[in-house]
Amino acid sequence: MTHRVAARVRDLPPSGLRRFFDLVSKMDDVVTLGVGEPDFATPWHICDSMVDALERGRTSYTPSAGIPALRQAITDYVRRRYEVAYDPESEVIVTSGVSEALDLAFRALLEPGDQVAVVTPCYVAYPACVELAGGELITVGTRLEDGFALDPELLESTLTPRTKALLISYPNNPTGAVMSREQLVRIARIAVERDLFVVSDEVYDQLVYDGHEHVCVPGLPGMRERTLLLNGFSKSYAMTGLRLGYACGPRDIIAGMLRIHQYTALCCSVVAQWGAVEALTNGDSEAARMRGEYARRRPYLTRALNAIGLPCFEPKGAFYCFPSIRHTGLTSEAFAGRLLEEERVAVVPGNAFGAAGEGFIRCTYATSLDQIKLAVERIAQFLKRLDARTPRAGVPNG
Amino acid sequence: MRDVELAKGVAELLERDCRLTPAEIATMLAEDEAAVAATIEELEREGVIMRYSAKVNWQKLDENAKLFAMIEVSVTPERDYGFDKIAARIAKFPEVHSLYLMSGGYDFEVVIEGKSMRDIALFVAERVSPLPGVRSTCTHFVLRLYKRDGDMLISEPASERLAVSP
Repeated sequence: MTHRVAARVRDLPPSGLRRFFDLVSKMDDVVTLGVGEPDFATPWHICDSMVDALERGRTSYTPSAGIPALRQAITDYVRRRYEVAYDPESEVIVTSGVSEALDLAFRALLEPGDQVAVVTPCYVAYPACVELAGGELITVGTRLEDGFALDPELLESTLTPRTKALLISYPNNPTGAVMSREQLVRIARIAVERDLFVVSDEVYDQLVYDGHEHVCVPGLPGMRERTLLLNGFSKSYAMTGLRLGYACGPRDIIAGMLRIHQYTALCCSVVAQWGAVEALTNGDSEAARMRGEYARRRPYLTRALNAIGLPCFEPKGAFYCFPSIRHTGLTSEAFAGRLLEEERVAVVPGNAFGAAGEGFIRCTYATSLDQIKLAVERIAQFLKRLDARTPRAGVPNG
Repeated sequence: MRDVELAKGVAELLERDCRLTPAEIATMLAEDEAAVAATIEELEREGVIMRYSAKVNWQKLDENAKLFAMIEVSVTPERDYGFDKIAARIAKFPEVHSLYLMSGGYDFEVVIEGKSMRDIALFVAERVSPLPGVRSTCTHFVLRLYKRDGDMLISEPASERLAVSP
């Protein structure tokens, strides 16, 4: 026996974040813009409802698809916000975060060799979920010049007859980009023409700014029957560690996902599920309060990064800025590595989110204004030193 | 004509952190810096912003530094003046930290700041009770402050958030 660990796992590249996390955890005095979660505690009314669930002795297994109250609350939410109707009995499944929903989705959808087109830069787990499910990954890069929106022509030219599904996520992690209804309608048209199934991760749906209106993909013409909508409670309600998400979609896909889920997970934490019911029922004002905070920090960080010489497009969603570091001549990993070593500031190198993220770093504004100020000061010092040491390569940004 | 939304935004940000500069506030509210500076000046002039101060957790500095008591005061309102005249008389004492007119079982909630229980008890007996119109008082001493003006005064465990996460 040469290897105990299976080849498909050995071949899986380690998450680009892992290396950074290991480095950071050994250092003191690190100012971090590297997190991908809210800096708020879970709103207390949600915690209180979970305490109540415990006091009532709600600690047993739940139906695999999730407690009926939560499935009802989820379908109510999607109908109320986006006018898309799902049957709580057969078209919803509650999962351990969007992460599990992604895993289930591709395992339920893919035959060996089926291709999935993934729009990049993207969340670090997407490629792994596709490959672990036996799918073949093809990437469609987005560009700064397009505001990191998916270019329909590039998508069409990337698709092959073997492409079964498209995985998109707007508002986007790591770029903070959003797509308008007009832009998404064009993508939807291609999906219908090419008979693509679309997996739409909309976990940042509530975190949009400047009057942008989030567009729910299954609500677009012809999309409900070919879209799996993924969402969760981590970002909007600051419930990351409670691990709860959901998928809404056509009955056959949900049934397939449920078949896997009932064997591999059985059900999600019952306590978290009761917390999620409270979040969806009474969580609007606290969610709005947190969004209001992000809305004020966002222009602050964007403007500050631009001012110190890191060109940064205006993100309209999520809680990230994605400034370009191309003009420094460093790779994103080298930049982030040295910034951490020399100035004790943690950011995430863009290449952790796919090749299209090279030349950028991800900075979150889901942290206090004081931390943002301190981080920007240190990055400015770093850039100044970098400038002095290495004569500018003269490569214009973009 | 004041831009009410801007004024509210400015007041809210300064109430939380009065050391923010007009430039910083302008960025956060997506407004012009000069407009923000003018708004601040106007709010100061009109007494909307009364003063700038630090929020101090005295319990941390010296547990015995400050003692508070809540006094429930029942009064007889006066013809023409209602509660206002007697309220003004009570409020003028520097020992009175806050004064509220209440609905329910009594009329005024008077928060007294003092050095000792004896000081406070004497203040109520010698200053408040004898005022014309005061019918009765009931003094409650504050034993511990848990939260004040939205700030937690009890220590909470540090966040266990990871420094880098997807």
